[in-house]
Amino acid sequence: MQPILSCRDVRVSFNGFQALQGVDLEVKPQEVRFLIGPNGAGKTTLLDVICGKTKASDGDVLYRQVENIRKLQEHEIVRLGITRKFQAPSIFANLTVWENLELSLKQERGLWSVMRAKMTGEDKEKMEAMLSRIGLMDQRHQLAGMLAHGQKQWLEIGMQLMQDPEILLLDEPIAGMSGTERHKTGELIHEISTACSVLIVEHDMEFVRNFSKQVTVMHEGKVLCEGTMSEIQQNEQVAEVYLGRRESAC
Amino acid sequence: MDKKKLGYWLFFIALFLGPLYLTEFRLALMGKFLCFAIVALGICLIWGYTGILSLGHGVYFGIGAYCTAMYLKLESSNGQLPDFMEWSGVSALPAFWIPFSNPVFALAASLIVPALLAAMLGFLTFKNRIKGVYFSLISQAVVVVFVTLFVAKQDWTGGTNGLTNFTTFLGFSLASPLVQIALYMLTVIILGLSFTLAARLTNSRAGRVLSAVRDGENRVRFLGFNPTSYKVFVYSLSAALAGLAGTLFVLQVGLISPAMMGIIPSIEMVLWVAVGGRHSLIGAILGAVIVNSAKSFFSETYPDIWSIFLGLLFIIVVMFLPNGIVGAFESWNEKRNKAKQKGGTADAADSVVS
Repeated sequence: MQPILSCRDVRVSFNGFQALQGVDLEVKPQEVRFLIGPNGAGKTTLLDVICGKTKASDGDVLYRQVENIRKLQEHEIVRLGITRKFQAPSIFANLTVWENLELSLKQERGLWSVMRAKMTGEDKEKMEAMLSRIGLMDQRHQLAGMLAHGQKQWLEIGMQLMQDPEILLLDEPIAGMSGTERHKTGELIHEISTACSVLIVEHDMEFVRNFSKQVTVMHEGKVLCEGTMSEIQQNEQVAEVYLGRRESAC
Repeated sequence: MDKKKLGYWLFFIALFLGPLYLTEFRLALMGKFLCFAIVALGICLIWGYTGILSLGHGVYFGIGAYCTAMYLKLESSNGQLPDFMEWSGVSALPAFWIPFSNPVFALAASLIVPALLAAMLGFLTFKNRIKGVYFSLISQAVVVVFVTLFVAKQDWTGGTNGLTNFTTFLGFSLASPLVQIALYMLTVIILGLSFTLAARLTNSRAGRVLSAVRDGENRVRFLGFNPTSYKVFVYSLSAALAGLAGTLFVLQVGLISPAMMGIIPSIEMVLWVAVGGRHSLIGAILGAVIVNSAKSFFSETYPDIWSIFLGLLFIIVVMFLPNGIVGAFESWNEKRNKAKQKGGTADAADSVVS
């Protein structure tokens, strides 16, 4: 299968500090790909480059193999179908849950069309379906800022899904969630992957082990290795990176 | 909701019937305050709803007023050179003044010039993601530039004196009380229309995008919206409202000078909205009327120390009513409703205790 997203030799430097030193990564349609690695490995920076928040100083980010999105602005990339969920829940606190979802509908986002936009029955059904999927039906008229932390995370995932993305970028989606919430999120992610590719940065190894198929390990701005979780765990280089010395892993 | 609508209708009808119960002097003052209320509506849109704090709306108000004043000046001069130009030794009417002898052009310019200027300034700043206090500072700098320019080009703008001594508007004498009453009513109608327009905008989906921009501009980008175009639009709209207010102001007051568009008036405009309640359109209108009424009441009653009272009013609002008068009223109402709902159970508990 052709990759839907390919990063080729992506480099980023912040005032001389090389955050990414030539990253190559391919994501296939409907794949769940986990990105792991120690702190400062450049995982979040890579997501930032893909979604347009940080501009790469060199290299290409190809969408569907033809479109180079490296220089596009954030909203243009979103309109192509690449959405991003940030680590901290970033919902609109002063809008209700319902209004948050309304803004996330896949729609013409130009000023004039939004001003004249009317809620259609189809939109309503879609939003209600999403509310029950993320378990926020009863809270729909509450201000989003009043939700519990886990609920905010889910609302944000819901907001990304409303846009029918082709690629969903998740940055530590289960941070701060309880055990059952984690499990439900993991299942939700697999459900999502029937329709789109998911690229997840995650620190929680337990979660990665339970829900990953393909894992990419990053270290010091480079891709160290790729494979299934069990392959990764056998890899000596990875153990060295995480634990310093091989001996202490045993 | 319908109760609210009825309230708005009553409010505007009461304003419209002002000539029936206000003296000529009070009516003139009220007309002026209602012009300020139109400016306040625009500031409420950009500040309360979108989170852009502009400290330079005096410029847009002033430019709108000057555009209309230029027409009035030319009409009053009966085809001759305006008096201040003669004093400055100008021999022929400057080219940019000529089209302003047409009232349609002048009135259109009083809307379009502020809107275009704001759109240009907004585009350059918002596109480069300049926001918050940096934007406020830039808007202040714009005020300084324009005031300096208007004072310095005395032969074109009338300098510090501004433009005044108007006699007629479209042939009607501005001194006639009937004309003043008609202008007052026109102001109320335009205020009502501006209010309706702003309310429709804020209740549309675009209005929710504006609130979202206020909450987190960067997050809006990740929903596929380009916040720049929304911000430029709303900033330009608020400038147009200020220009419109300037026109109505100069027609009723008969004077516009650089002092009225300076830094202090610009900041005062924001204060009206803060006092009334920046998250509420009706609050902005009330704020403009209340602050200006208080200002004229204090200055009439305590001519020596009136500014102290005004200062106190601002301190009280900022310290105790962070969401303005309307915000305070709303939270009081909410509390009362909650108390009502709990009322039954609380009474039962009381009777058990006693």
